[in-house]
Amino acid sequence: MSDFDVVVVGAGPAGSAAAIELARAGRSVCLLERGPSPGSKNMYGGVVYGRILDTLVPAWWEQVPVQRWVTRRSTMLIHDEQALTVDFRNPGWGAAPFNGATTFRPDFDAWLAGVAVDAGAVLVCSTTATGLIREGGRVVGVRTDRPDGDLRAPVVIACDGVNSFLAKEAGMYPHTGAENFTVGVKETIALPREVIDERFAVRGDEGVDIEILGCTGDVPGGGFVYTNATSVAVGLVLSLPALAAGPDRPEELLRRLKAHPAVAPLVEGGEVLEYSAHVIPEAGYRMMPELVGDGILVAGDAAAMCLAAGIWLEGVNFAIGSGAAAGRAATRALARGDASAAGLAAYREMLESGFVLADHRRLRDAPHLVMGDLAQRGLPAVACGVMEDLFTVRNPEPKQGVRRIVRNRMRRNGIRVRDAVREGLRAVRTFG
Amino acid sequence: MSASSYPEISFEARMATVEFRIDEDRAHITVDDTICRDCSTRGCITACPANLFVPTAAGGILFNYEQCFECGTCYLVCNREGAITWTYPEGGHGVVFHRS
Repeated sequence: MSDFDVVVVGAGPAGSAAAIELARAGRSVCLLERGPSPGSKNMYGGVVYGRILDTLVPAWWEQVPVQRWVTRRSTMLIHDEQALTVDFRNPGWGAAPFNGATTFRPDFDAWLAGVAVDAGAVLVCSTTATGLIREGGRVVGVRTDRPDGDLRAPVVIACDGVNSFLAKEAGMYPHTGAENFTVGVKETIALPREVIDERFAVRGDEGVDIEILGCTGDVPGGGFVYTNATSVAVGLVLSLPALAAGPDRPEELLRRLKAHPAVAPLVEGGEVLEYSAHVIPEAGYRMMPELVGDGILVAGDAAAMCLAAGIWLEGVNFAIGSGAAAGRAATRALARGDASAAGLAAYREMLESGFVLADHRRLRDAPHLVMGDLAQRGLPAVACGVMEDLFTVRNPEPKQGVRRIVRNRMRRNGIRVRDAVREGLRAVRTFG
Repeated sequence: MSASSYPEISFEARMATVEFRIDEDRAHITVDDTICRDCSTRGCITACPANLFVPTAAGGILFNYEQCFECGTCYLVCNREGAITWTYPEGGHGVVFHRS
């Protein structure tokens, strides 16, 4: 006897998207959340790209709780005290249908879970799924920490986040080595709206997202600064094995980023409102678990669907895309009365024919490239050095040619042309 | 890199910005530091963003679960089987983010 048609574990973006699809198809769905409210366990590195919501929640931008709309996207390379920034502004992103938004995850996740509840899903908060219920190798529900808390359903959708204990218990997750993960740490710093507008040169509800390379010392990773309405967020993403090797702790590396001459003027002076941390499934496609089992689907961060591809850093959109596909695949399987892995197989096909697995497969080498020594050390050092040589006027010396400047800077940083060309070609193959 | 022109927040003040609904009855993570004694890596000490793993003079590890982000860093970097037993806190307990 089943309690629901589907139990969705985790009311983050993946789980709520799954629940929305199921509830709208008339299925009974329980949306389990271990936090006191959706999003209370979540933090992120800053931007929700809402295009995937167009079909799920038409005109979502009229109701989504937004801090600012990103109209300015910068990529900064830091080397010592120097910084080279590529700064793109597009006021068009500040009007419907918009592109990216900054938001607090407790607000955004609670909003999306509310859409699922409005569609008929049963949201149960403050309840941790402690394990799977299995019969004959088939998942038929989850155990929870509530008294008499077993929840039985022919389909379980595991959207239980990066640690994904349900997928691990189901034997679907073999790639759990620390090298596949990073940890994100972040400070949210209060600043008056006018101060933010002035420092970041924006107006109204326009916002800025700055991604930074070369700011993590000896630990491969990256940094970010972005604007909320009346706060800025500054944070780091750090490779776990290198962080574990020491000696620098996350908050020390964050202190150095905040003190950098290119960052300090943006973030200084405000009170820290909240410090937060979360693990990220950095390796993407190459670490993904099996997505479909007998009676179980895995979506969102639980399926390593966060995209950490250097110039593209996305996650919430992949969670929504995968969760919605899981909901549709489960609906189809239930209609046919076959919740086996074969009956649920449409999930993987939907992801492969859409952006979720298409992007992840294409960019499967990107996380490795971005975390490699050339991108982490070589690129910021050479780029900043070349800028210094280009723009330092050394009269009476005549100007040097650009090629010579680049060659000199590469040599000074111990980068061989052969290695740079090889990595460059890999980058072209990956991003091209 | 240059020194910051404003006072840096202390670690205690940093952690005081985070809400933790502590479960007084159960530690969701336990550390068997008899296993940690002969661990030479001890990645948990530098990697835990909440700085919950403290080496003791006796060569063990002192661990407190109360201000835990539930991120998973410690068990992911731990290379000693059985040293860290990791579960989520009971529903409704543990870290509660508001502005992240």
